[in-house]
Amino acid sequence: METDAPMSLNTSAKTLPATGSEHSATAPVSIHDMTVAYHRKPVLWDIDLDFPKGKLTGLVGPNGAGKSTLIKAVLDLVPKASGRVTVFGQPYQRQRHLVSYVPQRESVDWDFPVNALDVVTMGVYGKIGWFRPVRKPHRELAMAALERVGMADYARRQISHLSGGQQQRIFLARALVQDAEIYFMDEPFAGVDAATEKAIIHLLHDLRSAGKTVAVVHHDLQTVSDYFDHLIMLNMRVVAAGPTREIFNRENLRKTYGGRLSLLDQAAQAIISQS
Amino acid sequence: MNWTMLDTWIVIAGVLSACSCSVLGNFLLLRRMSMMGDAISHAVLPGLAVGFLLTGSRSSLVMFLGAAVVGVLTAVFTQWINRFGKVDEGASMGVVFTALFAVGLVLIVQAADAVDLDPGCVLYGAIETVPLDTVQLGSLSIPRAVLTLAIVFAINLGVIIVFFKEFKICAFDEELATTLGIRSAWMHYLLMTLVAVTTVASFESVGSILVIAMLIVPPATAYLLTDRLQSMILLSLGFATLSAIGGHWSAMAVPPIFGFADTNTSGMMAVVAGLLFSFAFVFSPRQGLIARFLKPKTN
Repeated sequence: METDAPMSLNTSAKTLPATGSEHSATAPVSIHDMTVAYHRKPVLWDIDLDFPKGKLTGLVGPNGAGKSTLIKAVLDLVPKASGRVTVFGQPYQRQRHLVSYVPQRESVDWDFPVNALDVVTMGVYGKIGWFRPVRKPHRELAMAALERVGMADYARRQISHLSGGQQQRIFLARALVQDAEIYFMDEPFAGVDAATEKAIIHLLHDLRSAGKTVAVVHHDLQTVSDYFDHLIMLNMRVVAAGPTREIFNRENLRKTYGGRLSLLDQAAQAIISQS
Repeated sequence: MNWTMLDTWIVIAGVLSACSCSVLGNFLLLRRMSMMGDAISHAVLPGLAVGFLLTGSRSSLVMFLGAAVVGVLTAVFTQWINRFGKVDEGASMGVVFTALFAVGLVLIVQAADAVDLDPGCVLYGAIETVPLDTVQLGSLSIPRAVLTLAIVFAINLGVIIVFFKEFKICAFDEELATTLGIRSAWMHYLLMTLVAVTTVASFESVGSILVIAMLIVPPATAYLLTDRLQSMILLSLGFATLSAIGGHWSAMAVPPIFGFADTNTSGMMAVVAGLLFSFAFVFSPRQGLIARFLKPKTN
């Protein structure tokens, strides 16, 4: 299995019905026929997607479905075996400044000798450019972002002395300070306290009102209908993509999560209780 | 014990070498690549040998070029083996630097008849002979090694200051750097080149063992005492300086107390650096053993 070349797998994938290969030229983010493999073992096959503008898009799927990998491949953080990504019709590489990324909290070393303000300020390093130091206006921008996530009082605190939820909010502030059009967030709700969860939802709604495009990897099926207008259900392939109320149903959940019955029951209950 | 001008030059060489290493070591430590310094300091050997065999010259420029090339190659090979061979980074580093070091030893032994490139000297240096080889700079006669080390230290410090925010972001969050369009690979290779050049500059005076100690121990000590990157770098320079001065002084002063002849300076520099680290480890106000004992963590 492992020695199978991605190409042969590609051809088998083609026999499946295409999931919307018509791309809008103005979509904030379009993924064109993207396949991603780790050590030749494909983890994402033939992904063909548009992210709609001004919508909160949820990305759901079981563990190992390739949710994080999808984001990372879009952002050039993992190599693509094939396919390409456009941002407002242009190659991503030319549009980096329009896209910001909130990685999983575990992706960095929180014992690093910096404080909260330092971390948020890193969000503007790209704009500052080479050979120029960080100056007061940059720190003021970072401070404003910290205020938006309710963390201004913790600006000077070393990051290891923050709770998990507070660390998550630092990451959100760092994405905000980039003033991007598109936000990719990898499980921002994972392991956070209620206050942080509320702050994140508030922020997501703010971003949507400002016409920004937001895509969020999400685990908790119970809250999917509450949080997201648009949904991508993923399990190595795109199982379904569209408005949440149209596609978030029993059949698609079964296709996405396979035979994991307990999980399915839980999800089915969530849907029934909402309708 | 009598302190002479020779001792002053030895200490200056030691301080410059220790500081050149420490300023880079902060970033190796924070990127959890401490062993990369170890790897590169061994791997540069074939670079030196090939540089010599190709040009027949032992001039500093040839040595530095050879070292810089091999330093970058070490980083590149390590990444290749790591990525394509499914071997973890530590192991691939081990493969690369031992192989390169072995090639270097063979080359040096081959060339040894013709030239004074001595493997033993590479390992523990000969800081005591630093003042003997001098160059004339205006009216001042200063040891060649001191001049070289001063230039290397100035370059290292300059590069770290100019690219401070890039080194910082690449050490903390490489993925963020990439999404912001900052080439973290370039910063990585720049750092590796500096480490390689610094290693070679320090070989003659303090030897590769001390290079490894000075790359890591002063930054590790500083790391225990502060939680800001700038202060960590400044503190590490302070500890590097203390180790060099304290090392030479104690090499002269301590053994006679017990009735021995004075001992090797670079060895004592590493010992002093280790002692400073132990003090920080025990007495650090926040992370030290005593602080932790007195104030158990609540969360």
